[in-house]
Amino acid sequence: MNGSLSVLKNGIARENALLRLMIGLCSALAVSVRVENGLFMGVAATFVLVMSNIIISAIRRVTPDNIRIPIFLVVISSFVTIVDLVLKANFPAVYERLGVWIPLIVVNCIILGRAEAFAYKRGIVASAMDGIGMGIGYTWVLMVMGLVRELLGTGKIVLFDQVVINLGPRFLPPVFLVTFPGAFLMFGLLIMVLNMFTNKVGS
Amino acid sequence: MGEIQRFGLIFIGAVLVYNILLIRFIALCSFFGISNSMDTSIGMSAAVVFVMMVSSTLSWLLWNYVLAPLGIGEFLYIPAFIFVIAGFVQLEEMFIRKTAPTLYKAMGIYLPLITTNCAVLAAATEIAKPGFLKLNIAYNYSLVEAWVYTFGVALGYSVALILFAAIRERIDIAPVAKPLKGYPIAFITSALMSLAFTGFAGLLGL
Repeated sequence: MNGSLSVLKNGIARENALLRLMIGLCSALAVSVRVENGLFMGVAATFVLVMSNIIISAIRRVTPDNIRIPIFLVVISSFVTIVDLVLKANFPAVYERLGVWIPLIVVNCIILGRAEAFAYKRGIVASAMDGIGMGIGYTWVLMVMGLVRELLGTGKIVLFDQVVINLGPRFLPPVFLVTFPGAFLMFGLLIMVLNMFTNKVGS
Repeated sequence: MGEIQRFGLIFIGAVLVYNILLIRFIALCSFFGISNSMDTSIGMSAAVVFVMMVSSTLSWLLWNYVLAPLGIGEFLYIPAFIFVIAGFVQLEEMFIRKTAPTLYKAMGIYLPLITTNCAVLAAATEIAKPGFLKLNIAYNYSLVEAWVYTFGVALGYSVALILFAAIRERIDIAPVAKPLKGYPIAFITSALMSLAFTGFAGLLGL
């Protein structure tokens, strides 16, 4: 049990896919315009990550080494198709906003990376925990990015069609933050802050 | 609109206006992962151009002759395209390893990476299912137009990647504040590059 917990924590902080390993960046930067997007994208990716980790771990003994990547991708893409169709049917507005990023979860480096580096070598329970940890790690970074960008870039936070926080009309939002270049800048600053913090703790 | 003009618009759109890395935000992992060396960037760009052309052709044929006529494209396109790409890259790797060892040495290590390069899947899906990327140039691509588009996307990828690698080599020897060293300054640089590329928006009415 202790082992599973450390696997879980690993994904959330120490080996955080976005901040530490620098993988899965495309969707993270593009989607994090709003907190709500981050939430949905995070949940979608976590679902795919956990399910594909479980299946790949279960079939790891019968998977031929040479063609393992196509096999992983078929497993992953089946779950992505499930997410794609479920979102399209139940949350059309969110689906419209997330757009191409849902189908592109298939090639999200985090998922294939975890399949290759973890699920292909470890048991089912550990792989599931790894999927949950990595998924939470991905989701929290997305939501923090979304929070800062939405709050400062538009002046308010909208969750499920309700205005949660409003900075009022006197705040003039720098629209730059919700554009693409703003995403790069924000992410760079986020890593910078993290670097300053961890260095201080280390010394 | 003449044929040549259409080709031109598709091409310019793919290379500059909707640059896959800096404007569309696709394939960023490789953008940051391998751009710390010029040689790697050039090798990866060459491999991407090659793999993209073939996989887009295959996807186009698959969509127009199998998936669309049978009416199963809407829910099978993700597994179908990724399987084509992954399968092709795998075959390709085995083939090159056996027949051209020198080429394999130069390009081999990039091939597995390309499978997870989002740009390949995105371009393949866009030409088969126009409108996927929500571009203003969403035509019903003919096969030749699909080649022009794919080549443009791959070229746009290469241009952005190689420029960025060149800048990063300069940053390596420049004095950078300690908390910004490494990735943070790379992200801020790419923010400026992306800002520059947004200047192409509206070019030729695209």
